[in-house]
Amino acid sequence: MARYHTLFTSFELQGPDELGIPLPRGSSPRRLRPFRSSWLGRIGENQVGPTYLGALGLASIVCGFIAIEIIGLNMWASVDWNVVRFIKMLPFLALEPPSAKQGLSLFPPLEDGGWWLMAGFFLTASILLWWVRMYRRARALGMGTHVCWAFASAIWLYLVLGFIRPILMGSWSEAVPFGVIEHLNWTATFSVRYGNIFYNPFHMLSIVFLYGSTMLFTMHGGTILALTKFGGERETHEITDPGTAMERGSLFWRWTMGFNANFDSVHRWLFTFATLTTLTGGIGILMTGTVVDNWYLWGVKHGIAPQYARIQPIPDSLPPGIMPRLPQLDVRQPELAR
Amino acid sequence: MALLSYEAKYRVRGGTLVGGELFDFWVGPFYVGFFGVTAAASALLGTLLIFYGAATGPTWQPFAITINPPPISRGLSFAPLQDGGLWQWITFFSIIAFVSWALRQVEIARKLGMGLHVPIGFSAAIFAYVSLVVIRPFLLGAWGYGFPYGIMSHLDWVSNTGYQYLHFHYNPAHMLAVTFFFTTTFLLAMHSGEILASAHPPAGGRVKSAEHESVYFRDTIAYSIGELGIHRLGFFLAINAGVWSAICILISGTVWTRGWPYWWDWYLHIPIWSAAGFN
Repeated sequence: MARYHTLFTSFELQGPDELGIPLPRGSSPRRLRPFRSSWLGRIGENQVGPTYLGALGLASIVCGFIAIEIIGLNMWASVDWNVVRFIKMLPFLALEPPSAKQGLSLFPPLEDGGWWLMAGFFLTASILLWWVRMYRRARALGMGTHVCWAFASAIWLYLVLGFIRPILMGSWSEAVPFGVIEHLNWTATFSVRYGNIFYNPFHMLSIVFLYGSTMLFTMHGGTILALTKFGGERETHEITDPGTAMERGSLFWRWTMGFNANFDSVHRWLFTFATLTTLTGGIGILMTGTVVDNWYLWGVKHGIAPQYARIQPIPDSLPPGIMPRLPQLDVRQPELAR
Repeated sequence: MALLSYEAKYRVRGGTLVGGELFDFWVGPFYVGFFGVTAAASALLGTLLIFYGAATGPTWQPFAITINPPPISRGLSFAPLQDGGLWQWITFFSIIAFVSWALRQVEIARKLGMGLHVPIGFSAAIFAYVSLVVIRPFLLGAWGYGFPYGIMSHLDWVSNTGYQYLHFHYNPAHMLAVTFFFTTTFLLAMHSGEILASAHPPAGGRVKSAEHESVYFRDTIAYSIGELGIHRLGFFLAINAGVWSAICILISGTVWTRGWPYWWDWYLHIPIWSAAGFN
């Protein structure tokens, strides 16, 4: 008879609320009276809250609220304040960045990206405040700040997309719009505009780390779940006082692939893969349009992409702004470039 | 290779699925087993065929080497070696190798008294691979719909296949798969960062354990899923990333043959919109 207790909890603990360990002097009290959800309890802990708000958390939430309000109200205004149309078109609505003619102006007209800039400012403020909050909460508990540095890696990609790269390109219009479908359109257009982002080596790396992270989480999550009967999920306990769970988990991978991490070092592998996903992704975006105009031609030049037969003559004069550095490359070379 | 200090007492006989005690031994750190033999043999054969294809192909440039599937015109037939036959054999051997590897993981898990979660998770990845090179080509009626084995050529295949459906981001299963990939990586960063933060406190601090880990996430985001729960959630999300990736390509060209943006027409034509007076 199959048993599934490693996949969901059959017996839920209903004990006194865990109110958290004491915080250092000067901290504000924890908020949100704890409540229990048996649905959450099926897969994880059933207690929600208490949580720490504090000035940073409050400021971050207020800034995030303002950003979402600006985005939402602009979307609503774009359908003439019609409620049904707003709900219907919500996935397709967007708050666009300023048009190219506004350059890096800090105060473009509100209807030409001014609202976008304002929303971006508040969203960025919210995220950065949240980062400081994550850092300070870790320190208040006497813990390392590793989570914050992983978060910083994601913030790096966010800032490259919406702030650093637009500044290097000299125009906010290079940034990503706020909108569900619109940001997907932006992504696809961005790839095509710069000659297929698949040829961008940092994009390749980012994908490798994204898929690698997912593979590693299957490996790690699977190993831990397979070890629950030996208490394998008590990871820090197994790090400081290794027991049979650590031994079996290590041997599983040693016997499978000749190499094993341990309960401590596996988390370094996971951390490295997860943080490098956005770190390399950010580098790839930052290089696009700033130092490389066309990743396919870049790949041809450096010998990683094949030179396909020309099916249409390349016009003598290209429209302004399209691949301005094209003449530097010998695109007529029939063989693979070396 | 030397054993780990605790390894000897775990090296016991039994737990095999087939072959009894025939291959029930270790080579260095590797467990062998019946499926170790089949995995090694098929992996070696497949790899040699790739090298054979490279040697008889036009280039040794690593990025440019590619083993292409047969042309579409050959349908589902056996192709000559140099016209896709190599690809067919490499596909065959790779599937044998992957499945053997998963079954070998089952044997090792049984030996160690562990659950079968890892091979089950791995099966999701095998399913995604088989979807791409066997199931979808079979459904579309030609091996030529499989992807070529080459560093750049498989990227070109992904790109070209995506644009055949105009804009693959509109594929709802692709949306789900991407969301699962990103969420998995996001949670992986949170989990690994948290364990490292707990095991490696600032200089002079005491190593923390589950209580601190839970309090940290309750303090910051009001909820901590717990040390068991995070592995359930991560395992679930990671497997879904693979499964929905498989689904997103399986439905492309089979149940939906037009550009994926058109698929969303149903959404714009739900009767609720016209009932509310808007089209």
